Amino acid sequence: MSSEWPLWEIFVRGQHGLNHRHVGSLHAPDAGMAIRNARDVYTRRNEGVSIWAVRSADIAASAPGDKGPLYEPANTKVYRHPTFFDIPDEVGPM
Amino acid sequence: MYAQLVKSTGEGVKSRDEMTGEERAFQDRIDAGEKIEPRDWMPDAYRATLIRQIGQHAHSEIVGQLPEGNWITRAPTLERKAILLAKVQDEAGHGLYLYSAAETLGVSRDELIEMLHSGRMKYSSIFNYPTLTWADIGAVGWLVDGAAIMNQVPLQRTSYGPYSRAMVRVCKEESFHQRQGYAIMMKMAFGTSAQKRMAQDALNRLWFPSLMMFGPSDAESVHSSQNMAWKIKINTNDELRQKFVDQTVPQAEYLGLTVPDKALKWNKKKGGYDFSDPDWDEFFQVLKGNGPCNRERLDARVTAWEDGAWVREAMVAHAEKTRAREIAAQ
Repeated sequence: MSSEWPLWEIFVRGQHGLNHRHVGSLHAPDAGMAIRNARDVYTRRNEGVSIWAVRSADIAASAPGDKGPLYEPANTKVYRHPTFFDIPDEVGPM
Repeated sequence: MYAQLVKSTGEGVKSRDEMTGEERAFQDRIDAGEKIEPRDWMPDAYRATLIRQIGQHAHSEIVGQLPEGNWITRAPTLERKAILLAKVQDEAGHGLYLYSAAETLGVSRDELIEMLHSGRMKYSSIFNYPTLTWADIGAVGWLVDGAAIMNQVPLQRTSYGPYSRAMVRVCKEESFHQRQGYAIMMKMAFGTSAQKRMAQDALNRLWFPSLMMFGPSDAESVHSSQNMAWKIKINTNDELRQKFVDQTVPQAEYLGLTVPDKALKWNKKKGGYDFSDPDWDEFFQVLKGNGPCNRERLDARVTAWEDGAWVREAMVAHAEKTRAREIAAQ
């Protein structure tokens, strides 16, 4: 059995002005083929206007176990949301 | 279904007291409706069962291209041909979404393909039946894709994130498949008497194999209850089969076709049809490899894989050469 083609993560920009979003992955021998394959696999129905392909091995990810230390501190900082502050109606829109 | 008879490796559902701390936390997440993602902790049996189920599902999509591919060159019009090509291409796409989902569980694409070719992994029994006439292409879209939708819609809520997302994508595309099949059936059923006969003949041959797609009754199965607790399986086989019959019979009536089951009768009390079971002996024979087309289907897959080997190798060689040239130029 020959060596398997590397895995790529595919990101598609759905419409002009939007971020690229992760849509899935596929195997391809190189970046050019990854984009061609992504076109066939992920945009058969006008789902996108731009494709990014990134080698899966090159993605750094946070560990599931780090969820607490990474995200919980934000829970106590409600003042980061505008609704924390009461502004009187007389002031007008703000 | 597309994944029939998936056995979990566990011995049934553990009570909370029997679970380890990790297992209990895992079950709590599933009960709360959270999705499990690839790097999260999961019981070995959950992982193994999912690999089998998603793998079988992926293989079904890929092998499912063969009976329809049989008619691409013989489609009656250019438009029908273009539509059928698009549908078969979708099936390839569905296979790829699902293989990718399975790979997130730590099995490689080559391993999955090797397991299909060696017969260690199965695909749906339905694809071991032949497509003898153009009406069969209509019946496959209408009945087989219809049955697949029955199973795949609830699976969008399955607990494993990558599988669930693949199902969402598949479901979006699948209703085109069923409707194109029904459109073929309408053309045939409302056409000449010869065309109508072909449509009826296709329904006669594919009705019971379609009911088999849901698998034998599993209300009592320990595997099924574990898979349901893990939200790998959402409904029992019987529930889905009943839903399928209730939905499909009026569609057959609209076509003026007769469902080939003398016992079929509306049961007012249960609000659904009573109907005959398919021949489960035949089902097990087909799963064992003794259906009308098992050999042909697997041979076609293996031949495609072997004949394509030089292309896969050449593309790797080309990619390596290009990369070496780029490095040298820097």
